[in-house]
Amino acid sequence: MIEGRPFLEPGWIVDNLDEIGHRLAEHVLMTVIAVVAGVAISFGLALLVRYRPRLYGPVIGISGTIYSIPSLALFALLIPLTGLTLLTAEIALVSYTLLILVRNIVTALDGVPPEVIEAARGMGYSPFQRLWQVELPIAMPVIVAGIRIATVTTIGLVTVTSLIGMGGLGYLIVNLGIQRYFATSILTGVVLSVALAVISDVALLAIQRRLTPWAKARAR
Amino acid sequence: MEFLGKVVAWFTAPASWSGNDTIPLRLWEHVSLSAVSLALAALIALPLGLYIGHTDRGSRLVVAIANIGRAVPSLGWLGIALPFTLALFHADGLGFLPACIALVALGIPPIVTNTYAGLHEVDRDLLDAGRGMGMAELQLLRRVEVPIALPVIMAGVRSSAVTIVATATLAAVVGGGTLGAFILDGLFNNDQPRIFGAALLVALLSILTELSFGYLQRRAVSPGLRVNLQERRGSKSAAALI
Repeated sequence: MIEGRPFLEPGWIVDNLDEIGHRLAEHVLMTVIAVVAGVAISFGLALLVRYRPRLYGPVIGISGTIYSIPSLALFALLIPLTGLTLLTAEIALVSYTLLILVRNIVTALDGVPPEVIEAARGMGYSPFQRLWQVELPIAMPVIVAGIRIATVTTIGLVTVTSLIGMGGLGYLIVNLGIQRYFATSILTGVVLSVALAVISDVALLAIQRRLTPWAKARAR
Repeated sequence: MEFLGKVVAWFTAPASWSGNDTIPLRLWEHVSLSAVSLALAALIALPLGLYIGHTDRGSRLVVAIANIGRAVPSLGWLGIALPFTLALFHADGLGFLPACIALVALGIPPIVTNTYAGLHEVDRDLLDAGRGMGMAELQLLRRVEVPIALPVIMAGVRSSAVTIVATATLAAVVGGGTLGAFILDGLFNNDQPRIFGAALLVALLSILTELSFGYLQRRAVSPGLRVNLQERRGSKSAAALI
Protein backbone atom coordinates (compact mmCIF):
# COMPACT_ATOMS: atom_id res chain seq x y z
CA MET A 1 0.00 0.00 0.00
CA ILE A 2 1.06 3.59 -0.32
CA GLU A 3 3.49 4.26 2.52
CA GLY A 4 1.96 5.55 5.71
CA ARG A 5 -1.60 5.13 4.54
CA PRO A 6 -3.83 3.33 7.08
CA PHE A 7 -5.47 0.00 6.18
CA LEU A 8 -8.93 1.37 6.75
CA GLU A 9 -10.08 4.89 5.97
CA PRO A 10 -13.72 5.13 7.05
CA GLY A 11 -13.90 8.58 5.46
CA TRP A 12 -13.44 7.07 1.99
CA ILE A 13 -16.30 4.64 2.57
CA VAL A 14 -18.63 7.45 3.68
CA ASP A 15 -17.65 9.63 0.71
CA ASN A 16 -18.15 6.81 -1.77
CA LEU A 17 -21.37 5.22 -0.59
CA ASP A 18 -23.01 5.85 -3.98
CA GLU A 19 -20.22 4.06 -5.85
CA ILE A 20 -20.21 1.18 -3.35
CA GLY A 21 -23.99 0.80 -3.54
CA HIS A 22 -23.86 0.85 -7.34
CA ARG A 23 -21.21 -1.92 -7.42
CA LEU A 24 -23.15 -3.97 -4.87
CA ALA A 25 -26.29 -3.68 -7.01
CA GLU A 26 -24.36 -4.80 -10.11
CA HIS A 27 -23.05 -7.76 -8.15
CA VAL A 28 -26.50 -8.81 -6.94
CA LEU A 29 -27.98 -8.44 -10.42
CA MET A 30 -25.27 -10.57 -12.08
CA THR A 31 -25.66 -13.23 -9.38
CA VAL A 32 -29.46 -13.35 -9.67
CA ILE A 33 -29.34 -13.66 -13.48
CA ALA A 34 -26.79 -16.48 -13.27
CA VAL A 35 -28.57 -18.47 -10.57
CA VAL A 36 -32.07 -18.10 -12.07
CA ALA A 37 -30.84 -19.10 -15.54
CA GLY A 38 -28.74 -21.87 -14.00
CA VAL A 39 -31.70 -23.31 -12.10
CA ALA A 40 -33.91 -23.20 -15.21
CA ILE A 41 -31.34 -24.93 -17.44
CA SER A 42 -30.39 -27.47 -14.76
CA PHE A 43 -34.00 -28.32 -14.20
CA GLY A 44 -34.43 -28.99 -17.89
CA LEU A 45 -31.28 -31.13 -17.92
CA ALA A 46 -32.39 -33.02 -14.80
CA LEU A 47 -35.73 -33.87 -16.44
CA LEU A 48 -33.93 -34.92 -19.62
CA VAL A 49 -31.67 -37.21 -17.61
CA ARG A 50 -34.70 -38.65 -15.87
CA TYR A 51 -36.21 -39.87 -19.11
CA ARG A 52 -32.84 -40.72 -20.69
CA PRO A 53 -30.77 -42.02 -17.73
CA ARG A 54 -27.91 -42.82 -20.12
CA LEU A 55 -27.32 -39.10 -20.54
CA TYR A 56 -26.50 -38.60 -16.86
CA GLY A 57 -22.84 -39.57 -17.32
CA PRO A 58 -22.16 -37.23 -20.26
CA VAL A 59 -24.11 -34.31 -18.70
CA ILE A 60 -22.19 -34.58 -15.41
CA GLY A 61 -18.92 -35.22 -17.24
CA ILE A 62 -19.23 -32.13 -19.45
CA SER A 63 -20.41 -29.82 -16.65
CA GLY A 64 -17.66 -31.23 -14.41
CA THR A 65 -15.03 -30.44 -17.03
CA ILE A 66 -16.32 -26.89 -17.41
CA TYR A 67 -16.37 -26.59 -13.63
CA SER A 68 -12.66 -27.34 -13.41
CA ILE A 69 -11.74 -24.56 -15.89
CA PRO A 70 -10.70 -21.44 -13.96
CA SER A 71 -13.14 -18.54 -14.26
CA LEU A 72 -10.72 -16.08 -15.88
CA ALA A 73 -9.81 -18.71 -18.49
CA LEU A 74 -13.45 -19.51 -19.24
CA PHE A 75 -14.24 -15.80 -19.70
CA ALA A 76 -11.19 -15.55 -21.94
CA LEU A 77 -12.23 -18.54 -24.06
CA LEU A 78 -15.64 -16.94 -24.66
CA ILE A 79 -14.33 -13.48 -25.60
CA PRO A 80 -13.76 -14.32 -29.31
CA LEU A 81 -17.42 -15.42 -29.53
CA THR A 82 -19.26 -12.92 -27.36
CA GLY A 83 -16.71 -10.16 -26.64
CA LEU A 84 -16.26 -8.21 -23.41
CA THR A 85 -19.95 -8.29 -22.59
CA LEU A 86 -22.33 -9.22 -19.82
CA LEU A 87 -23.31 -12.21 -21.96
CA THR A 88 -19.75 -13.58 -21.75
CA ALA A 89 -19.80 -13.24 -17.98
CA GLU A 90 -23.23 -14.83 -17.64
CA ILE A 91 -22.52 -17.80 -19.94
CA ALA A 92 -19.52 -18.67 -17.78
CA LEU A 93 -21.33 -18.07 -14.48
CA VAL A 94 -24.32 -20.17 -15.55
CA SER A 95 -22.02 -22.98 -16.75
CA TYR A 96 -20.42 -23.14 -13.31
CA THR A 97 -23.79 -23.61 -11.59
CA LEU A 98 -24.76 -26.59 -13.77
CA LEU A 99 -22.62 -29.28 -12.11
CA ILE A 100 -23.86 -28.46 -8.60
CA LEU A 101 -27.49 -27.94 -9.60
CA VAL A 102 -28.02 -30.86 -12.00
CA ARG A 103 -26.46 -33.32 -9.57
CA ASN A 104 -28.57 -31.97 -6.75
CA ILE A 105 -31.89 -31.89 -8.58
CA VAL A 106 -31.40 -35.44 -9.88
CA THR A 107 -30.49 -36.69 -6.38
CA ALA A 108 -33.45 -34.84 -4.90
CA LEU A 109 -35.97 -36.31 -7.36
CA ASP A 110 -34.45 -39.79 -6.96
CA GLY A 111 -34.94 -39.47 -3.21
CA VAL A 112 -38.72 -39.28 -3.44
CA PRO A 113 -40.05 -42.51 -1.84
CA PRO A 114 -41.49 -44.85 -4.51
CA GLU A 115 -44.60 -45.55 -2.41
CA VAL A 116 -45.46 -41.84 -2.55
CA ILE A 117 -45.21 -41.89 -6.34
CA GLU A 118 -47.28 -45.08 -6.41
CA ALA A 119 -49.94 -43.44 -4.22
CA ALA A 120 -50.06 -40.36 -6.45
CA ARG A 121 -50.42 -42.57 -9.50
CA GLY A 122 -53.19 -44.50 -7.78
CA MET A 123 -55.01 -41.25 -7.04
CA GLY A 124 -55.03 -40.48 -10.76
CA TYR A 125 -52.31 -37.80 -10.95
CA SER A 126 -50.95 -37.21 -14.43
CA PRO A 127 -47.13 -37.37 -14.73
CA PHE A 128 -46.95 -33.57 -14.84
CA GLN A 129 -49.23 -33.12 -11.81
CA ARG A 130 -47.22 -35.75 -9.98
CA LEU A 131 -43.98 -33.91 -10.68
CA TRP A 132 -45.35 -30.49 -9.82
CA GLN A 133 -47.57 -31.30 -6.83
CA VAL A 134 -45.94 -34.33 -5.25
CA GLU A 135 -42.32 -34.89 -6.23
CA LEU A 136 -41.10 -31.30 -6.35
CA PRO A 137 -42.39 -30.34 -2.89
CA ILE A 138 -40.79 -33.45 -1.38
CA ALA A 139 -37.52 -32.83 -3.23
CA MET A 140 -37.50 -29.12 -2.37
CA PRO A 141 -35.15 -29.15 0.67
CA VAL A 142 -32.40 -30.97 -1.25
CA ILE A 143 -32.90 -28.79 -4.34
CA VAL A 144 -32.67 -25.60 -2.26
CA ALA A 145 -29.51 -26.94 -0.60
CA GLY A 146 -27.98 -27.11 -4.10
CA ILE A 147 -29.22 -23.61 -4.98
CA ARG A 148 -27.59 -22.28 -1.80
CA ILE A 149 -24.19 -23.75 -2.73
CA ALA A 150 -24.55 -22.49 -6.32
CA THR A 151 -25.47 -18.99 -5.11
CA VAL A 152 -22.54 -18.68 -2.68
CA THR A 153 -20.14 -19.98 -5.36
CA THR A 154 -21.54 -17.56 -7.95
CA ILE A 155 -21.19 -14.56 -5.61
CA GLY A 156 -17.48 -15.37 -5.31
CA LEU A 157 -17.04 -15.86 -9.07
CA VAL A 158 -18.82 -12.61 -9.95
CA THR A 159 -15.92 -10.69 -8.36
CA VAL A 160 -13.70 -12.04 -11.17
CA THR A 161 -15.95 -10.51 -13.86
CA SER A 162 -14.44 -7.13 -12.96
CA LEU A 163 -11.32 -8.28 -14.84
CA ILE A 164 -13.32 -8.30 -18.08
CA GLY A 165 -14.84 -4.93 -17.27
CA MET A 166 -18.14 -5.98 -15.74
CA GLY A 167 -17.96 -4.04 -12.46
CA GLY A 168 -19.56 -5.60 -9.40
CA LEU A 169 -17.77 -5.80 -6.05
CA GLY A 170 -14.66 -7.00 -7.90
CA TYR A 171 -14.38 -3.43 -9.21
CA LEU A 172 -13.80 -2.27 -5.62
CA ILE A 173 -11.32 -5.11 -5.01
CA VAL A 174 -9.30 -4.87 -8.24
CA ASN A 175 -9.83 -1.61 -10.13
CA LEU A 176 -10.07 0.74 -7.15
CA GLY A 177 -8.19 -1.51 -4.72
CA ILE A 178 -5.32 -3.70 -5.91
CA GLN A 179 -4.44 -1.60 -8.97
CA ARG A 180 -4.19 1.56 -6.86
CA TYR A 181 -2.70 -0.14 -3.78
CA PHE A 182 -5.71 1.09 -1.81
CA ALA A 183 -6.55 -1.25 1.08
CA THR A 184 -9.83 0.37 2.15
CA SER A 185 -11.49 -0.34 -1.18
CA ILE A 186 -10.17 -3.94 -1.22
CA LEU A 187 -11.50 -4.63 2.26
CA THR A 188 -14.86 -2.99 1.48
CA GLY A 189 -15.29 -5.22 -1.56
CA VAL A 190 -14.25 -8.41 0.24
CA VAL A 191 -16.39 -7.76 3.34
CA LEU A 192 -19.46 -6.91 1.26
CA SER A 193 -18.94 -10.01 -0.88
CA VAL A 194 -18.70 -12.30 2.17
CA ALA A 195 -21.71 -10.57 3.78
CA LEU A 196 -23.71 -10.98 0.57
CA ALA A 197 -22.85 -14.69 0.46
CA VAL A 198 -23.81 -15.28 4.11
CA ILE A 199 -27.05 -13.28 3.85
CA SER A 200 -28.11 -15.04 0.63
CA ASP A 201 -27.41 -18.41 2.20
CA VAL A 202 -29.48 -17.66 5.31
CA ALA A 203 -32.28 -16.08 3.24
CA LEU A 204 -32.54 -19.10 0.93
CA LEU A 205 -32.67 -21.42 3.94
CA ALA A 206 -35.48 -19.30 5.41
CA ILE A 207 -37.39 -19.43 2.11
CA GLN A 208 -37.00 -23.21 1.95
CA ARG A 209 -38.34 -23.58 5.51
CA ARG A 210 -41.28 -21.37 4.59
CA LEU A 211 -42.02 -23.43 1.49
CA THR A 212 -41.74 -26.82 3.21
CA PRO A 213 -43.06 -26.44 6.76
CA TRP A 214 -43.64 -30.19 7.00
CA ALA A 215 -39.90 -30.93 6.66
CA LYS A 216 -39.32 -29.11 9.93
CA ALA A 217 -42.29 -30.76 11.64
CA ARG A 218 -40.94 -34.18 10.73
CA ALA A 219 -37.46 -33.32 11.98
CA ARG A 220 -38.95 -32.70 15.42
CA MET B 1 -10.56 -19.88 -38.82
CA GLU B 2 -8.50 -16.76 -39.29
CA PHE B 3 -8.66 -16.27 -35.53
CA LEU B 4 -7.40 -19.78 -34.82
CA GLY B 5 -4.52 -19.07 -37.19
CA LYS B 6 -3.58 -16.08 -35.05
CA VAL B 7 -3.74 -18.25 -31.92
CA VAL B 8 -1.39 -20.75 -33.54
CA ALA B 9 0.83 -17.84 -34.56
CA TRP B 10 1.02 -16.76 -30.91
CA PHE B 11 1.97 -20.27 -29.84
CA THR B 12 4.73 -20.47 -32.45
CA ALA B 13 6.03 -16.88 -32.25
CA PRO B 14 9.71 -16.67 -31.18
CA ALA B 15 8.75 -14.10 -28.52
CA SER B 16 6.58 -16.76 -26.87
CA TRP B 17 9.63 -18.96 -26.39
CA SER B 18 12.59 -16.68 -25.70
CA GLY B 19 12.84 -13.49 -23.66
CA ASN B 20 11.31 -12.62 -20.30
CA ASP B 21 7.62 -13.18 -21.07
CA THR B 22 7.62 -16.70 -22.49
CA ILE B 23 5.21 -19.61 -22.30
CA PRO B 24 7.69 -21.88 -20.46
CA LEU B 25 8.43 -19.13 -17.91
CA ARG B 26 4.74 -18.37 -17.23
CA LEU B 27 3.95 -22.08 -17.07
CA TRP B 28 6.80 -22.61 -14.60
CA GLU B 29 5.53 -19.68 -12.48
CA HIS B 30 2.07 -21.19 -12.53
CA VAL B 31 3.16 -24.71 -11.61
CA SER B 32 5.76 -23.74 -8.99
CA LEU B 33 3.45 -21.25 -7.26
CA SER B 34 0.70 -23.90 -7.19
CA ALA B 35 3.01 -26.68 -5.96
CA VAL B 36 4.54 -24.61 -3.15
CA SER B 37 1.10 -23.37 -2.07
CA LEU B 38 -0.44 -26.85 -2.11
CA ALA B 39 2.48 -28.27 -0.12
CA LEU B 40 2.22 -25.51 2.51
CA ALA B 41 -1.57 -25.84 2.69
CA ALA B 42 -1.27 -29.61 3.19
CA LEU B 43 1.48 -29.14 5.77
CA ILE B 44 -0.84 -26.95 7.84
CA ALA B 45 -4.18 -28.60 7.11
CA LEU B 46 -3.33 -32.31 7.42
CA PRO B 47 -1.99 -32.25 11.02
CA LEU B 48 -4.85 -29.94 12.03
CA GLY B 49 -7.46 -32.18 10.44
CA LEU B 50 -5.90 -35.35 11.86
CA TYR B 51 -5.77 -33.81 15.33
CA ILE B 52 -9.37 -32.63 15.44
CA GLY B 53 -10.55 -35.78 13.67
CA HIS B 54 -8.84 -38.12 16.12
CA THR B 55 -9.58 -36.23 19.33
CA ASP B 56 -12.79 -34.48 18.21
CA ARG B 57 -11.45 -31.44 20.09
CA GLY B 58 -12.27 -28.02 18.67
CA SER B 59 -13.83 -29.62 15.62
CA ARG B 60 -16.86 -27.34 15.53
CA LEU B 61 -14.76 -24.21 15.75
CA VAL B 62 -12.30 -25.29 13.06
CA VAL B 63 -14.99 -26.50 10.66
CA ALA B 64 -16.98 -23.28 11.23
CA ILE B 65 -13.89 -21.14 10.49
CA ALA B 66 -13.15 -23.25 7.40
CA ASN B 67 -16.71 -22.73 6.15
CA ILE B 68 -16.54 -18.97 6.64
CA GLY B 69 -13.18 -19.04 4.86
CA ARG B 70 -14.89 -20.64 1.89
CA ALA B 71 -17.26 -17.66 1.59
CA VAL B 72 -14.28 -15.36 0.89
CA PRO B 73 -13.90 -15.10 -2.91
CA SER B 74 -10.56 -16.22 -4.32
CA LEU B 75 -9.87 -12.73 -5.60
CA GLY B 76 -10.67 -11.52 -2.09
CA TRP B 77 -7.83 -13.54 -0.56
CA LEU B 78 -5.37 -11.98 -3.02
CA GLY B 79 -6.73 -8.56 -2.13
CA ILE B 80 -6.49 -9.19 1.61
CA ALA B 81 -2.95 -10.58 1.42
CA LEU B 82 -1.54 -7.71 -0.65
CA PRO B 83 -1.82 -4.80 1.86
CA PHE B 84 -0.13 -6.89 4.54
CA THR B 85 2.76 -8.16 2.41
CA LEU B 86 3.32 -4.66 0.98
CA ALA B 87 3.33 -3.11 4.46
CA LEU B 88 5.79 -5.74 5.75
CA PHE B 89 8.05 -6.31 2.76
CA HIS B 90 7.55 -3.20 0.58
CA ALA B 91 8.51 -3.98 -3.02
CA ASP B 92 9.07 -7.68 -2.20
CA GLY B 93 5.47 -7.78 -1.02
CA LEU B 94 4.32 -7.90 -4.62
CA GLY B 95 4.10 -11.04 -6.74
CA PHE B 96 4.86 -14.50 -5.39
CA LEU B 97 4.38 -13.73 -1.69
CA PRO B 98 0.79 -12.38 -1.56
CA ALA B 99 -0.21 -14.91 -4.21
CA CYS B 100 1.20 -17.79 -2.18
CA ILE B 101 -0.46 -16.59 1.05
CA ALA B 102 -3.82 -16.31 -0.71
CA LEU B 103 -3.50 -19.75 -2.32
CA VAL B 104 -2.53 -21.38 0.99
CA ALA B 105 -5.55 -19.75 2.65
CA LEU B 106 -7.76 -21.11 -0.14
CA GLY B 107 -6.19 -24.54 -0.04
CA ILE B 108 -6.50 -25.21 3.69
CA PRO B 109 -10.30 -25.48 4.21
CA PRO B 110 -11.04 -28.39 1.83
CA ILE B 111 -8.21 -30.49 3.30
CA VAL B 112 -9.09 -29.76 6.94
CA THR B 113 -12.81 -30.42 6.55
CA ASN B 114 -12.29 -33.59 4.51
CA THR B 115 -9.62 -34.99 6.83
CA TYR B 116 -11.87 -34.32 9.78
CA ALA B 117 -14.91 -35.83 8.07
CA GLY B 118 -12.92 -38.87 6.91
CA LEU B 119 -11.66 -39.68 10.40
CA HIS B 120 -15.02 -38.89 11.94
CA GLU B 121 -16.73 -41.49 9.74
CA VAL B 122 -14.46 -44.31 10.91
CA ASP B 123 -16.51 -46.86 12.82
CA ARG B 124 -16.01 -46.41 16.59
CA ASP B 125 -16.01 -50.20 17.02
CA LEU B 126 -12.84 -50.41 14.93
CA LEU B 127 -11.10 -47.96 17.26
CA ASP B 128 -12.21 -49.96 20.28
CA ALA B 129 -10.97 -53.14 18.64
CA GLY B 130 -7.62 -51.48 17.96
CA ARG B 131 -7.36 -50.27 21.54
CA GLY B 132 -8.27 -53.76 22.76
CA MET B 133 -5.40 -55.11 20.67
CA GLY B 134 -3.09 -52.78 22.56
CA MET B 135 -2.54 -50.12 19.90
CA ALA B 136 -1.29 -46.73 21.06
CA GLU B 137 -3.27 -43.66 19.91
CA LEU B 138 -0.71 -42.76 17.23
CA GLN B 139 -0.64 -46.36 15.96
CA LEU B 140 -4.41 -46.30 15.81
CA LEU B 141 -4.27 -43.11 13.77
CA ARG B 142 -1.59 -44.40 11.41
CA ARG B 143 -2.75 -47.97 10.94
CA VAL B 144 -6.52 -47.81 11.28
CA GLU B 145 -7.97 -44.34 10.89
CA VAL B 146 -5.81 -42.89 8.11
CA PRO B 147 -5.99 -45.95 5.78
CA ILE B 148 -9.78 -46.03 6.08
CA ALA B 149 -10.17 -42.26 5.69
CA LEU B 150 -7.55 -41.87 2.94
CA PRO B 151 -9.92 -41.65 -0.05
CA VAL B 152 -11.90 -38.89 1.69
CA ILE B 153 -8.68 -37.10 2.68
CA MET B 154 -7.41 -37.36 -0.90
CA ALA B 155 -10.71 -35.94 -2.18
CA GLY B 156 -9.96 -32.89 -0.03
CA VAL B 157 -6.41 -32.64 -1.40
CA ARG B 158 -7.77 -32.89 -4.93
CA SER B 159 -10.32 -30.17 -4.39
CA SER B 160 -7.61 -28.02 -2.81
CA ALA B 161 -5.20 -28.63 -5.71
CA VAL B 162 -7.83 -27.77 -8.33
CA THR B 163 -8.76 -24.56 -6.50
CA ILE B 164 -5.11 -23.57 -6.14
CA VAL B 165 -4.21 -24.18 -9.80
CA ALA B 166 -7.34 -22.29 -10.88
CA THR B 167 -6.70 -19.33 -8.61
CA ALA B 168 -3.00 -19.17 -9.52
CA THR B 169 -4.34 -17.69 -12.78
CA LEU B 170 -5.56 -14.70 -10.79
CA ALA B 171 -2.14 -14.27 -9.12
CA ALA B 172 -1.24 -12.11 -12.13
CA VAL B 173 -3.47 -9.43 -10.61
CA VAL B 174 -0.97 -8.95 -7.75
CA GLY B 175 2.05 -9.27 -10.04
CA GLY B 176 2.55 -12.99 -9.52
CA GLY B 177 3.03 -13.75 -13.22
CA THR B 178 1.62 -17.22 -14.10
CA LEU B 179 -0.33 -18.00 -17.27
CA GLY B 180 -2.89 -15.48 -16.05
CA ALA B 181 -0.38 -12.72 -16.88
CA PHE B 182 -0.87 -13.47 -20.60
CA ILE B 183 -4.63 -13.12 -20.17
CA LEU B 184 -4.43 -9.84 -18.23
CA ASP B 185 -1.84 -8.35 -20.61
CA GLY B 186 -3.95 -9.54 -23.51
CA LEU B 187 -7.05 -7.89 -22.06
CA PHE B 188 -5.07 -4.69 -21.49
CA ASN B 189 -3.73 -4.62 -25.07
CA ASN B 190 -6.83 -6.17 -26.66
CA ASP B 191 -4.65 -9.04 -27.96
CA GLN B 192 -7.33 -11.69 -28.35
CA PRO B 193 -5.21 -14.52 -29.79
CA ARG B 194 -2.90 -14.28 -26.78
CA ILE B 195 -5.88 -14.24 -24.37
CA PHE B 196 -7.38 -17.29 -26.06
CA GLY B 197 -4.11 -19.23 -26.32
CA ALA B 198 -3.25 -18.64 -22.68
CA ALA B 199 -6.78 -19.56 -21.59
CA LEU B 200 -6.43 -22.85 -23.48
CA LEU B 201 -3.22 -23.62 -21.59
CA VAL B 202 -4.84 -22.72 -18.27
CA ALA B 203 -7.86 -24.90 -18.99
CA LEU B 204 -5.60 -27.79 -20.01
CA LEU B 205 -3.47 -27.46 -16.88
CA SER B 206 -6.57 -27.40 -14.67
CA ILE B 207 -8.16 -30.42 -16.27
CA LEU B 208 -4.84 -32.26 -16.03
CA THR B 209 -4.65 -31.41 -12.32
CA GLU B 210 -8.21 -32.61 -11.77
CA LEU B 211 -7.55 -35.89 -13.62
CA SER B 212 -4.22 -36.70 -11.98
CA PHE B 213 -5.43 -36.01 -8.45
CA GLY B 214 -8.61 -37.94 -9.24
CA TYR B 215 -6.39 -40.88 -10.17
CA LEU B 216 -4.49 -40.56 -6.89
CA GLN B 217 -7.78 -40.44 -5.03
CA ARG B 218 -8.96 -43.70 -6.58
CA ARG B 219 -5.61 -45.32 -5.84
CA ALA B 220 -5.95 -44.27 -2.20
CA VAL B 221 -8.43 -47.01 -1.29
CA SER B 222 -6.59 -49.30 1.11
CA PRO B 223 -6.05 -52.87 -0.28
CA GLY B 224 -7.77 -54.33 2.77
CA LEU B 225 -10.89 -52.33 2.08
CA ARG B 226 -10.85 -53.20 -1.61
CA VAL B 227 -10.92 -56.93 -0.84
CA ASN B 228 -13.61 -56.32 1.70
CA LEU B 229 -15.75 -54.44 -0.82
CA GLN B 230 -15.55 -57.34 -3.25
CA GLU B 231 -16.45 -59.85 -0.55
CA ARG B 232 -19.35 -57.74 0.52
CA ARG B 233 -20.64 -57.49 -3.00
CA GLY B 234 -20.35 -61.24 -3.28
CA SER B 235 -21.87 -62.39 -0.01
CA LYS B 236 -24.11 -59.41 0.75
CA SER B 237 -23.19 -59.78 4.41
CA ALA B 238 -22.31 -56.19 5.15
CA ALA B 239 -22.27 -56.66 8.90
CA ALA B 240 -18.78 -55.55 9.86
CA LEU B 241 -15.58 -54.39 8.25
CA ILE B 242 -13.32 -56.73 10.22
